[in-house]
Amino acid sequence: MTPRLLAAALLLLGRPVLALDGDPALHDPSTVIQADGKFYVYATGGGLPVAASDDGWTWHRAGSLMQAVPGGKPGADVTARGGNNTWAPDIIHIGDKYFLYYSAPGAQPKSAIGLLVGKTLDPTSPDYKWEDAGPVVWSDGVEDSNAIDPGVLRDPANGTLWLTYGSYFGYIRLVELDPRTGKRLHPERKPINVAINSEASVMIAHEGWYYLLVTHGSCCAGGNSSYNIRMGRARQVTGPFLDNMGVDMLQGGGKLFAGASGRHVGPGHFGLLDLGNGVQKFSCHYEADLDRGGISVLDIRPLLWRDGWPVAGDNVTAGTYEIESARTGTALEMAVQGVPVSGGRGRGLGAPGGPAGGAGRGGPVGAPGATGRVAGPPPAPIPAQEAAALIGGWPFGPTDARLSPYLLQAQQKWSLTPVTNAGGYPGSPYFKITVAGTDRALAATSDAELTVLPAFTGGPEQLWRIDQLTDGTYRLMPKAVPNTTATLALSAVGSSTPTLSAFRADSDRHRWLLKTP
Amino acid sequence: MKKLLNAFVPTLGALVVLAGSATTAGQQPPPTVRTGEPAAPRPAAPSLARPASPTKAPDAAGFLQRWLVLEPIKVPGQLTQSVVQALVAKEYFPNQFTVVPHDGDKVNVADESLTWHALDTAGYNLNLFHFAYALNKPTSNVLFWAVTVVDAPRDMTNVRLAIGSNAASIWWLNGQEVIGLYNDRQAVIDDGVSKRVTLKKGPNVIRAAIVNAGGATDFCARFIDGNDAPIRTIVVNLKANGPER
Repeated sequence: MTPRLLAAALLLLGRPVLALDGDPALHDPSTVIQADGKFYVYATGGGLPVAASDDGWTWHRAGSLMQAVPGGKPGADVTARGGNNTWAPDIIHIGDKYFLYYSAPGAQPKSAIGLLVGKTLDPTSPDYKWEDAGPVVWSDGVEDSNAIDPGVLRDPANGTLWLTYGSYFGYIRLVELDPRTGKRLHPERKPINVAINSEASVMIAHEGWYYLLVTHGSCCAGGNSSYNIRMGRARQVTGPFLDNMGVDMLQGGGKLFAGASGRHVGPGHFGLLDLGNGVQKFSCHYEADLDRGGISVLDIRPLLWRDGWPVAGDNVTAGTYEIESARTGTALEMAVQGVPVSGGRGRGLGAPGGPAGGAGRGGPVGAPGATGRVAGPPPAPIPAQEAAALIGGWPFGPTDARLSPYLLQAQQKWSLTPVTNAGGYPGSPYFKITVAGTDRALAATSDAELTVLPAFTGGPEQLWRIDQLTDGTYRLMPKAVPNTTATLALSAVGSSTPTLSAFRADSDRHRWLLKTP
Repeated sequence: MKKLLNAFVPTLGALVVLAGSATTAGQQPPPTVRTGEPAAPRPAAPSLARPASPTKAPDAAGFLQRWLVLEPIKVPGQLTQSVVQALVAKEYFPNQFTVVPHDGDKVNVADESLTWHALDTAGYNLNLFHFAYALNKPTSNVLFWAVTVVDAPRDMTNVRLAIGSNAASIWWLNGQEVIGLYNDRQAVIDDGVSKRVTLKKGPNVIRAAIVNAGGATDFCARFIDGNDAPIRTIVVNLKANGPER
């Protein structure tokens, strides 16, 4: 390899995993919604920009939503209550309708939230159009409310529909909607105040709790934005929403869910993306993505649950890992005879000047080997076992994969490397999984088993989707398994035996830990 | 040492009586045969019995509880992958990879006559330590051969043989090697699991070679279906592959 090629390769390996690929530049995203195998998200901007993706990883702009609205702009009733801007939408699918709520602020806090109703999200469909259903809620510019930033929840417990809204001026408010029309169910009732000092509110429901997620801090200042996502929870959809310390969100409470991290500043506008089968993600935007010159971008990350609270997970990054079964505690390895990382040492060390190790359980009581190390220089460190030292003894062809107790051996350490231009899934690109220090690649076989190929060649059976599950463990799935269209996941069918089988969220068979060796 | 003790405890009382000397924790059992002296008889293995019925269904968890087991062959007690593979590849007696023996059949291995025993185990596993110890045979540095025959009511596809063994073992189904487990290990349920295989209608032969270095030694085996659930619709029928001679 020439120095220039080597430098390029190192640059590629060292490249951070971006917050999504393609063109994810947007601000104030709606909930990411799936329809007909595609992903859509709507955002702040002229006409409400649309971004779409075939896989949830690579995104492209798909025009603006108002292009499909009669008149091409918010209706007069909406602009009269609020203004001409189009910001921060949210969307939900109920029955055969999509309800899209959007902010139409004027001179804030005089604002309105309008409703658009559509039958399809596919801009190429002959049925693609959005009907203006008028304003849903508004603020008159004096009251303690700024009616922007809608967030909508369908209560899984009873099918009721709820809208939260608001932005800093006054309260975050809650109203009930009619699931048939998307409009207010009881317009005569006063909205319920549920939080203050925040914006970008949305509720989610989980195991009998309602969680109100809002964004605190300041937006729109690039890398100086203090935007961060906070939350409280309540047993009733109407609150009170208390944080982890019992502080009511109406009094400024809010447990941190996500703040600046890594190369991203200012997460805001939480959205739940439930992929089913126990896999949940969340979307947000960052005020500043330092890897993209500080612009605002969409991201999708794992959503975890711990002690009754949602936790922001991180997408897998390139690195070397032990891949350990949550079921069996054994580690994935290429099925070659392991070589101990050190010689056969017992519990004690040998006598001074003698060979270290080989003492077994030690000699008679009182002997150095039984009582511990005698005075002398400290033992030298044992270097990490590298594949390069052993690969000459490994078979050349495809080799089985198996599970074994983790003993820090070379065939048990795997490099996870994102593969460019191979597509992805919500939040991440596909990865190749290779024995660390080699190009020997884990792959699916035509009989839905596993093999380790001599080299990575880019086939879909060698590309891996790695989703962090809600308990923090990981699900690993090949992009494709030869001879089947089924989606299969890495499974510990036995303590020593991995295979591929249909993912079951209720089983530890398909749950894996990624540990740094 | 813990491994040895675990295996040894169930037989400790009998040993004290028969050997005439107490055994302390951590010590090896006393030699079972002294040169020039006949071996003292020992009680039957507590967990094992001769079959008393023509067939035997798997237990509630699908474990196969009837086996033909050959008395142990003395081998070097090394358990690494390459050593065990070489050890098992060696021919010890004629047709060792194809024979379906009968209770009482004998083979000669290195001038020693070894007998096949038909055994029912009371547990999910078959305790080879109990088996060998009761016969005054060595339990350490040994190779056991075990064979059973399961009768399948129909062709059963996408099933797996799932085994656990103490210690290393290699397994065959209808002559095809399907599992290899190496190194010192305990018998863990569903430790080694075959790839998806087909049980053909009628008799199917399962063969195992278990290598033990020291201490406890046992194995367990069952078949699981495509949902990893135990298969109980098969029966063990040691005569399914041919009548008693």
